[in-house]
Amino acid sequence: MENMTLKLKIWRQGGKYPKGEFVNYTLDGVNTHMSFLEMLDVLNEKLIQQKEEPIAFEHDCREGICGTCSLVINGYPHGPMQQTTACQLHMRHFRDGETVTIEPWRSRAFPVVKDLVVNRDAFDRIIQAGGYISIDTGQAQDGNAIPIEKDQASHAFDAATCIGCGACVAACPNASAMLFVGAKVSHLAQMPQGKVEKDTRVQRMIAQHDAEGFGRCSNITACEAECPKGISVEHIARLNRQYIGATLGSEKVAN
Amino acid sequence: MPFQSNVPSGELSEKWKQYRSSMPLVAPNNKRRLEVIVVGTGLAGGAAAATFGELGYRVKVFTFHDSPRRAHSIAAQGGINAAKNYQNDGDSVYRLFYDTIKGGDYRSREANVHRLAEVSVNIIDQAVAQGVPFARDYGGLLANRSFGGVQVSRTFYARGQTGQQLLLGAYQSLSRQISLGNVELFNRHEMVDLVMEDGKARGIIARNLLTGETERHAAHAVVLGTGGYGNVFYLSTNAMNSNGSAAWRAVKQGAYMANPCFTQIHPTCIPVSGEYQSKLTLMSESLRNDGRVWVPKSQEDAAAIREGRKTGLDIAEADRDYYLERRYPAFGNLVPRDVASRAAKTACDEGLGVSATGLAVYLDFDDAFVRYGKSRAHSLNEPNASKDRIRQLGVAVIEEKYGNLFEMYEKITGEDPYVMPMKIYPAVHYTMGGLWVDYNLQTNIPGLFAIGEANFSDHGANRLGASALMQGLADGYFVLPYTIGTFLSQEIRNPMVDPDGPAFMEAEAKAKARIDRIMNIRGTKSAETFHRELGKIMWEYCGMARNAEGLQKGRRMIRELRKEFWESVYVPGQVKEYNPELEKALRVADFLELGELMMLDALDRNESCGGHFREEYQSEDGEALRRDDEYAYVSAWEWDDTDPILHKEELIFENVELKTRSYK
Repeated sequence: MENMTLKLKIWRQGGKYPKGEFVNYTLDGVNTHMSFLEMLDVLNEKLIQQKEEPIAFEHDCREGICGTCSLVINGYPHGPMQQTTACQLHMRHFRDGETVTIEPWRSRAFPVVKDLVVNRDAFDRIIQAGGYISIDTGQAQDGNAIPIEKDQASHAFDAATCIGCGACVAACPNASAMLFVGAKVSHLAQMPQGKVEKDTRVQRMIAQHDAEGFGRCSNITACEAECPKGISVEHIARLNRQYIGATLGSEKVAN
Repeated sequence: MPFQSNVPSGELSEKWKQYRSSMPLVAPNNKRRLEVIVVGTGLAGGAAAATFGELGYRVKVFTFHDSPRRAHSIAAQGGINAAKNYQNDGDSVYRLFYDTIKGGDYRSREANVHRLAEVSVNIIDQAVAQGVPFARDYGGLLANRSFGGVQVSRTFYARGQTGQQLLLGAYQSLSRQISLGNVELFNRHEMVDLVMEDGKARGIIARNLLTGETERHAAHAVVLGTGGYGNVFYLSTNAMNSNGSAAWRAVKQGAYMANPCFTQIHPTCIPVSGEYQSKLTLMSESLRNDGRVWVPKSQEDAAAIREGRKTGLDIAEADRDYYLERRYPAFGNLVPRDVASRAAKTACDEGLGVSATGLAVYLDFDDAFVRYGKSRAHSLNEPNASKDRIRQLGVAVIEEKYGNLFEMYEKITGEDPYVMPMKIYPAVHYTMGGLWVDYNLQTNIPGLFAIGEANFSDHGANRLGASALMQGLADGYFVLPYTIGTFLSQEIRNPMVDPDGPAFMEAEAKAKARIDRIMNIRGTKSAETFHRELGKIMWEYCGMARNAEGLQKGRRMIRELRKEFWESVYVPGQVKEYNPELEKALRVADFLELGELMMLDALDRNESCGGHFREEYQSEDGEALRRDDEYAYVSAWEWDDTDPILHKEELIFENVELKTRSYK
């Protein structure tokens, strides 16, 4: 069937403090080739025509790489398809007449801005706490000076592919951001260039993570299941080893 | 206003070195007192802001995104060029320079391009040191691949996510400077105007997108790294929020817009599927390394495919036209983007298109599956591997190389590209035009600099693949941090600029009035509707092929649409709140002026060069006809509501001979 009618149950909230609620909409003429966000575009256009307030949702690249889109669809962050961001989800995966529930990420550390939009500044602050290699522009030696084993570079890449969307937090019953932190710690720890600062990095990033109000990790691994880039919880394991090593085995204390 | 390229004298290969050693410097104690505003946090803006912070300037960086990491540089797939010659295949700084000048169809400035080629090698070193996980060979050294328009392998890559990894490198360096307090980050802030004082750029008016409040920010210099304006076409591979407004606000203050009609139409994008389409998705050009482009030889076969009676698999080898290999044997499927795009259009215009809309050609990996499969079977010591086994092995190799792209294709189209050949069609991808800048990357407004895609400087009339990342990072890390000193060294006696001064108060009042005006129209049509209409006009009359009559008509239509916009746009909500519709309306208002200037520029340029193809100027076999005697200049436009004024910067070629570009 090319055209469907959907019942949409969408979370509407005026801002950080006002109480939100689900509002129901019926949308006809949903083409199966549309992306999920294009379906929301069509709904918004209809609302604007009726002089109603359109639904606020965040999006940008619509190619699954910028990490801006952040919808919980039918209870799943980024929707029911594995390793797919909401912007890459297409309507062919829904049935005519289906009820689709759309909510924002829910976490104390991600306050709602409006409707489906949340504030993820906490992620930036975690990276600012130590998610980098301290090198000024112009100091670098030749790119081939240090060979890095192909597989090792590839494993580092598997972690570096994180798009910073926050689905891991939205999926976690504890609202923990350990997969996000683990991905960056693991990426940099596996590159020779990143080893120099590994002890302070992991301590600082964890301290910031906790200060932002994210929860503790209790190995539920929902984050891995919902991660649109398929980042494995083995990076959390590496983070834990690094953290234990840094706090017990090193005299360096992050401040 | 000054209008000189300020290219230093001396031998081409020595210019930058000599200039760097002799340019005025700013002492560290003075840097601490000088403020710089950077707008945009993509590769160019992010790299520049981080580097200014490292140097000791006081930096304020602005992005309309929630985080600096979301800039659209992140979506670049294929790679980044550098003249490292790691592959020992004859590459050099000169060859990268030459390829870029030639690829740009001789419409860029020699000295800028040579400098770009020189610093390209530093970028790779810098990125590796930041921990960017580039692809590597089994020996642990950096891997390369080749890209369109060149015959060496100089492209460094990180799977199909090179832009993401390079941007995260810049973002992490920027984050470090933020944590050190050298850079102050203003996320979710959009520049709504440029503030001028005594003829110099002295700050910006920004709108806080969370609260809707306007803010005044002052500095000694303003840097725009705000990307390109491809979204003037509505449908493009740009992100939904990419826009030309920051640059356009500068143009409205007197900055010149250079070569606005030079637009890159990328040959390998996923075709349009319906009216609701919001954006187009690129399939990396690197796919042309292994994919072969074809259409059926006969219109009957093409019609059968369009009507669903046949698929690409039903067309026998002898009935396929591999038109790029046929027309351009020397470069084959690796011709530059403008050439490949026009060839696809020609094929579809002849009724050979292969999708329901008639606007698609095939990109086929069947040969590559077999070639790689055989090679893998050989190294696995399976001399008698069956056809199926060979294909299976070949598919695995392709999956390793382009897995994420194939996956993306399947998600969007619902078709498995490992079985069915991909369907592709050209789409707007990049804008070579941009703010006019001199050798220092300074616009004609003193104190206003433009970097990355936002300026016009390096790609001429056509950009080569894997060169956008190179230019963005070159400008941000290795060029502007030096050249901005030529301006700032003259500013050390100027105290802090006062954001409460009359120029700022007046600029803020004007910006607020403009926002209120758009808000109070309360008409009937959404900003999105106007944007779509504008896009259709641009694509129809200023797209892959243009002619004088169409351009004149297009210009008239845009003027009418602009008038209608200011009478009947409807923006819901309020000014002082989070209001994405208002953001959109302000951007569309700017596109409605910029689009007109693009038509005008295309009309002025009575030649075909690079991405600019004027139907009146083509050879007998349909190739572009350049007219160097009359049009070897950069068009730099001064905006005027009724009649924009054209200024010309003659391009002087002392080191390369202007030739007809041939990829045959």
